[in-house]
Amino acid sequence: MNSTVANTYHLGVKELWSLWRDPAMLALIVYAFSLQIYSAATAMLETLHRAPIAIVDEDASPLSAKIASAFYPPLFSVPRLVSPAVQDHGMDAGAYTFALDIPPDFQRDLLAGRRPAIQLNVDATRMSQAFAGSGYVQQIVNNTVNEFVQRYRGSNAPPVDLVLRTRFNPNLEKGWFGAMMEVINNVTMLSIILTGAALIREREHGTIEHLLVMPVTPAQIMLGKVWSMGLVVLLAVALSLTLIVEGALHVPIRGSLALFLGAAAVHLFAATALGIFLATFARSMPQFGMLVILTLLPLELLSGGTTPYESMPQPVQYLMELAPTSHFVRLAQAILYRGAGLEVVWRSLLAIAVIGAVLFTISLARFRRTIAQMT
Amino acid sequence: MTTAHIDAGEIVACMRDVHLRYGKTLALDGVDLDLPAGRMVGLIGPDGVGKSSLLALIAGTHAMQQGQMRVLDGDMRSKRHRDQVCPRIAYMPQGLGRNLYPTLSVEENLQFFARLFGHGAAERRRRIDTLTASTGLRPFLERPVGKLSGGMKQKLGLCCALIHDPELLILDEPTTGVDPLARAQFWALIAEIRAGHPGMSVIVATAYMDEAQRFDWLVAMDAGRVLSTSTPQALLERTGSRSLEEAFIAVLPEARRRGHTPVQVPPLQADDAASAIEARDLTMRFGDFVAVDHVNFRIRRGEIFGFLGSNGCGKTTTMKMLTGLLPASEGSASLFGRPLDPRDIDTRRRVGYMSQAFSLYGELTVRQNLVLHARLFHVPEAQIPARVDEMLDRFGLREVVASLPGKLPLGVRQRLSLAVAMVHRPELLILDEPTSGVDPVARDAFWRLMIELARRDRVTLFISTHFMNEAERCDRISLMHAGRVLVTGAPERLVRDSGAATLEQAFIGYLKAADGSTAGITSGTGTPVLPAARPPARVRRRLFSPARAASYAWREALELRRDPVRATLALAGSLLLMVVIGFGINMDVENLSYAVLDHDQTGLSRNYALNLAGSRYFIEHAPLQSYTDIDRRMRSGELSLAIEIPPGFARDVERGDHAQIAAWVDGAMPTRAETVRGYVQGMHQAWLAERARQGQGTAAGAFDIETRFRYNPDVRSLPAIVPAVLPLLLLMLPAMLTALSVVREKELGSIINLYVTPVTRSEFLLGKQAPYVVLAMLNFLLMTLLAVFGFDVPIKGSFPTLLLAAAIFSVIATGMGLLASTFTRSQIAAMLLTMIATMIPAVQFSGMIDPVPSLEGMGRLIGNIYPATYMINISRGVFSKALGFAQLRGAFGPLLLAVPVILGAAIALLRKQAS
Repeated sequence: MNSTVANTYHLGVKELWSLWRDPAMLALIVYAFSLQIYSAATAMLETLHRAPIAIVDEDASPLSAKIASAFYPPLFSVPRLVSPAVQDHGMDAGAYTFALDIPPDFQRDLLAGRRPAIQLNVDATRMSQAFAGSGYVQQIVNNTVNEFVQRYRGSNAPPVDLVLRTRFNPNLEKGWFGAMMEVINNVTMLSIILTGAALIREREHGTIEHLLVMPVTPAQIMLGKVWSMGLVVLLAVALSLTLIVEGALHVPIRGSLALFLGAAAVHLFAATALGIFLATFARSMPQFGMLVILTLLPLELLSGGTTPYESMPQPVQYLMELAPTSHFVRLAQAILYRGAGLEVVWRSLLAIAVIGAVLFTISLARFRRTIAQMT
Repeated sequence: MTTAHIDAGEIVACMRDVHLRYGKTLALDGVDLDLPAGRMVGLIGPDGVGKSSLLALIAGTHAMQQGQMRVLDGDMRSKRHRDQVCPRIAYMPQGLGRNLYPTLSVEENLQFFARLFGHGAAERRRRIDTLTASTGLRPFLERPVGKLSGGMKQKLGLCCALIHDPELLILDEPTTGVDPLARAQFWALIAEIRAGHPGMSVIVATAYMDEAQRFDWLVAMDAGRVLSTSTPQALLERTGSRSLEEAFIAVLPEARRRGHTPVQVPPLQADDAASAIEARDLTMRFGDFVAVDHVNFRIRRGEIFGFLGSNGCGKTTTMKMLTGLLPASEGSASLFGRPLDPRDIDTRRRVGYMSQAFSLYGELTVRQNLVLHARLFHVPEAQIPARVDEMLDRFGLREVVASLPGKLPLGVRQRLSLAVAMVHRPELLILDEPTSGVDPVARDAFWRLMIELARRDRVTLFISTHFMNEAERCDRISLMHAGRVLVTGAPERLVRDSGAATLEQAFIGYLKAADGSTAGITSGTGTPVLPAARPPARVRRRLFSPARAASYAWREALELRRDPVRATLALAGSLLLMVVIGFGINMDVENLSYAVLDHDQTGLSRNYALNLAGSRYFIEHAPLQSYTDIDRRMRSGELSLAIEIPPGFARDVERGDHAQIAAWVDGAMPTRAETVRGYVQGMHQAWLAERARQGQGTAAGAFDIETRFRYNPDVRSLPAIVPAVLPLLLLMLPAMLTALSVVREKELGSIINLYVTPVTRSEFLLGKQAPYVVLAMLNFLLMTLLAVFGFDVPIKGSFPTLLLAAAIFSVIATGMGLLASTFTRSQIAAMLLTMIATMIPAVQFSGMIDPVPSLEGMGRLIGNIYPATYMINISRGVFSKALGFAQLRGAFGPLLLAVPVILGAAIALLRKQAS
C-alpha cells in the first residue's frame, strides 16, 4: 500500500517535470486561464447588448420620433433610420437583427382608435437575440405608445405593477456567466488533452513499456497522471478564479471557493479519466486528435454552459447526463452564483464521481491490451 | 594534428574553423578539414564527439553557426548554393529508417523520393527496378516499411538516398543495429555502387572498426576536434597496432582511455542447481505471422547468455515475453523457478530490462531519470544518491548529468539506458542490443562491468548483440533465425562445430544454411546498381514546383488512406456531431419551471397564476410556502422563476389601488433569464390588456405589433443552428487533421526529408495540405446532404456560392492547422493550440450564437478578423436568407485575404534547416 502511494507520487512528479520542460504547453495553459477567460467574459456583457436595430419611419410624427428615441445603448444600438428598400438589404447582410416598420399615419390612426399595426422584422437566424430581443422591442414600443396616449388622454397608470427581480446576477451580466463557463470548458479541455496525449506520447516513444516491466501497476501509472495533471489544472483554476474572475473581472463569487475547488477536483478526476479512456481507443496521436474534437465539442456546447439544458430535446438530455461536464456546470452554477452548499450539490458531485470511477475502471481494463496493440 | 596530403582540386568538402553549439554544449570546436573527392571517407571517434553534427553541417541539414564550410565548390552558408547542390548530395540520418514513412510500402517510399527529385514515371520505374533488384528488396516492394527488419530498412534508406545519382553520399552510422549478414550485404552494395560510379564521394560515420578498416581515408575525432586524418594503413603503422580498434584507442587522448585494457572473461563456476530463466516451447503469433516458434532454452544463475540473430528474427519478441510485456501465445516460461506472471510485482523488482528503442524520458535530465527509476524500483531513499552517483561514474555520465537525454548522442543515451536498467541492482538483466551505437572504449567498459556483475555478484545476463567480439565473451549463445533457435552453445564450440574460422563466418554459415539461397552476400545480379550513363535529372530551380508539391500531396494522401480510422472519424464524426449539436442547441427556451407563492388565495390571484400555466413556455411546480422555500428551491436550481402575489391583491385591484406582483428570475444563466423576463413581462401585459378589455372595452390607443420572424418563420432552432454548425465543423476537424501532420514529422524524424531534398517550404506545406482540403470538401458535401435531407433545412440561395466559400474556407481551416503545427514542437502542444485557436473563437466570437456586432473588446476584434465569422454569414445567407453571390460578395473579401495571411505565416515559420 505504501509503495502504491510512493509509486503514484513519483510517477506524478515525473509528469510535472515533463510539463515544465514544454514551455509552449505552459504558455498555452496560462493563456487559456487568463487572457482567454478575460476576452470571453468581456466580449458579451449582457445577452441583449447593442442589439443592432433599424427603424423605418414612414409616419414621421412626434410619436414615431419618440419610439425611435426609446432605443438606445447598452441594450440596443442607436437605431439606424432607413428607407423600406434598404431595410431588406440590411437584414440580408446581417447588419441588424431587428427592423421596426412604423406605417404612414400611425399616430393619427392610433389616436382615432383605428388600431394600426407596427411591423417588427426579426432575423430569426440569430436565435439568441431574436427571442429575448423581440420581447424587449415590443415592451419598449408598448410603453412608449402607452405613455404617449396617457399623456394625451390623461388616463391612469396601469393598476398592477410587475416588479421583476433577478436573483444571483441582478444585472444579468453575461460576463459573469461567460467567465465561469470558460473556466469550466478549459478545465475539461486541458484535463482530457494533458492526460490522454501524455499517455499516447509514452506509447509512441516506448517509455510505457519501460514502466510496465518495473514494479509498477497500470493503476499507479494512470493515477500518477491523474493527480499531477489534475493538480496543475486545479492550481490554474484557483488562480484564475481569484486573480482573473474575481480580481480583474470583478465577478462576485457567492459560494464557498473551497467547496467549488473540491468539486473541481472530483471533476478533474472524471475528466482526466475520460482523457485516458479516449487514449486507450486511439492508436496514434492523430486519431486521438479526432477523438478529442468529437468529445470536446458536444461537451462544450451541450452541457448547459452555452444553451439552456432543459430546452434540449429529451434524448439529448439523457445522453448528456452521461457526461461529467453536465453535472459540473450545474454544480458550478449552484455554488458560484447561488451560494449553494454541499447539501444542495451532493447529487451532482456523486454523479461526477461515479462517471469518473466507471471511466477509470474501463481504461484500466483496456490499458494492457492497448499497449500490446501499439507495436 | 597529423594531416595526410591531398591534391588540390580533388576536395569534396572543405572546413575551416567550424564551431557548433547546442545551447551551452559545444559540439564542434574549430574543425579544419579537407575531405578528398571520389573516396570512401570514414569518421571514427567515441560517442558525442561531434561526428553526426559534422555530417549534418556537410549535408546542409543543420544551419552553420561559425566558420567556413565549402561543399561541392560552394559556400554552405549561401541558400542559393544549398538549393543548387541539394540534388547532388544524399544524406542518410542516424537511426533505423528514421527518414522513411513506416505506413507506406517500399515501392511507395521509393516513388516518393524519386518524384521529389523530378524523375518521370518511366525513369522512376527503371531506377526503382534496378535499385531494388541489386539490393534484394525486389520481392518486398509491397511490404510496409514499418514491418521491415532493421537491415532491410537501411538498404531501403540507401536506395532512397541513391535514387537521384548523388555525387556525395553521407551515411551516419548506417549499420548500427544491423545484423552481420545484412551489414556485409550493405557494404557489398556500396562497393558495387562505387565501382559503377568512380567519381562518387562517400562519407560514413561508424562505430564498427572492422568496417572502417575497408575505407580509403579515416578521420579520427574527439571532443569536437579532428585528431588525425590518414589512410587506415598509415594509422595502424603509426600507432603500431594490430587492429583498427586498438589503433582507435591508441589515438585517443590519455584521459579518454581511462586505463583501457583488453576485456578478460573469467570462466563461469559451473553451478547447475538454479536456473534464472527457463523457456519451454515459447511461441508468439501475430495473426498468421509466427514471430517466435517453439523456443526452448535455460539460463543458469550468473551466466552470460548471448542472443544472436538477424534483424526481425524474434529476439526482441522473446525478450518481451520474458519481461511479461507480451503474453505468450503458447508455451511457458519461468523466472527464478517461478512461472512467469505479468502481475508479479516482486519478480519485476529482481529484473532489469533495457529495450532496443531508446525509451527514457526525454523531458527529465539524466539525473532525474536515474532517480525516478531508483524510486520506482523501491531503492531505499537513503541509498539513492549514492547509487545514482555510482551509476554516473561507472557509465561516464558525470559531465552530462544535467542534460536532457534527447540532446545526447546515441552512444551516451545507450549508456544512460543501461545505467537506468541497473540502478536497482537486479539479479537478472535482460538487455536488448545494449551496445549498438556505442563506441569501442565505452563498449569495453560496459563489458568489464557486466562481467564483474556476473562473476562477482552472480547477476544473470541475457543479452542480444550484433557484435561478434561481444558474442565471444558470452558463456553461451543462441543463434536465432525466423523465430526459431538454430543452435545453442559456447561460442568456441559453435565455431569448431561449423568448421569456420571466426564466429562471424560461423554465424553467416548457419543463417545461409537455414535460409537457403536468398541470403547471398553480394547481389550476384551483375547489373550495375545505378542506372548510369543517363544525364542526371536536373530540375530547373523554380520558386514553386507543382510536381514536388504533388509528390508530397500524394504521399500524405497515402498515409491518410493507410489510417482509415482517422479519415472515417473525420467524416463520420462530423456527421455525428452535426446531428448531436443540431438537435442539441436550442435557443427556444421552453419548459421553464416556476412556482407561485400566493398570499392572496383569491379568484383573481389564481387567475393571474393560471395565465402563466397556460403558456407552453412554463411548467408549474408545487406552490411555494414561504420565502425560505423560494430561497431553497431557487438555490438548488429547481425553479427558474418564482412569482409572489401579495396579500390583499384582489382587493387592491378592485379598489384601483396600486398593487405589486413580484417575480424572481434565476440569473445564473443570463440568456435564459433574459428570455424568462421577456416572457413574464409579455404575459403580464397580456393579462392587463385582457382585464382592460373586459372592464372598459375601449379601443382608443390600441395598436398591434406584428412580429415577423424572417428567414425562419416557424422559429425553429434547427434551420438557425445547422448553417452555423457546418462552418464550425468544417473548421475544427480539418484543422486538427493537418495540425499534427507537420509536428508529427518533427517528433518522429522524417522532417529531415524537407532539409535534404530539393522540396521548398511552400511545396512541402501546400503539398501536405492538399489531401486534407479534398477531405474537407468531401466533409462539406456530406454535411450539406445531411442538412438538406436529414434535417430538412433547404438551401434557399445559390449553392455554387456556398460551394466556393466552402472551398476557400477549407483552405483556411487546413492552413490554420498547418500554422499551429509549424509553431509548436510537440504533438500535444499542437493539439492544444489548435483547440484553443479554433473552438473558442468559432463558438464564441464568430456570431454562431451571439452576433458579432453585439460583441465588445477583444472578442469583437477577434470576431471581426476571424474567417469563421464570414463563413457563417455566407452559410446562413445561402441556407436561410436565399442569397446569392451578389449579396454575399462582401464576405468573400476577408475570406480570400485570410488565405495568403495564414499560409504565408505558416511558410515563414517553417525552417528548411535544423537550428
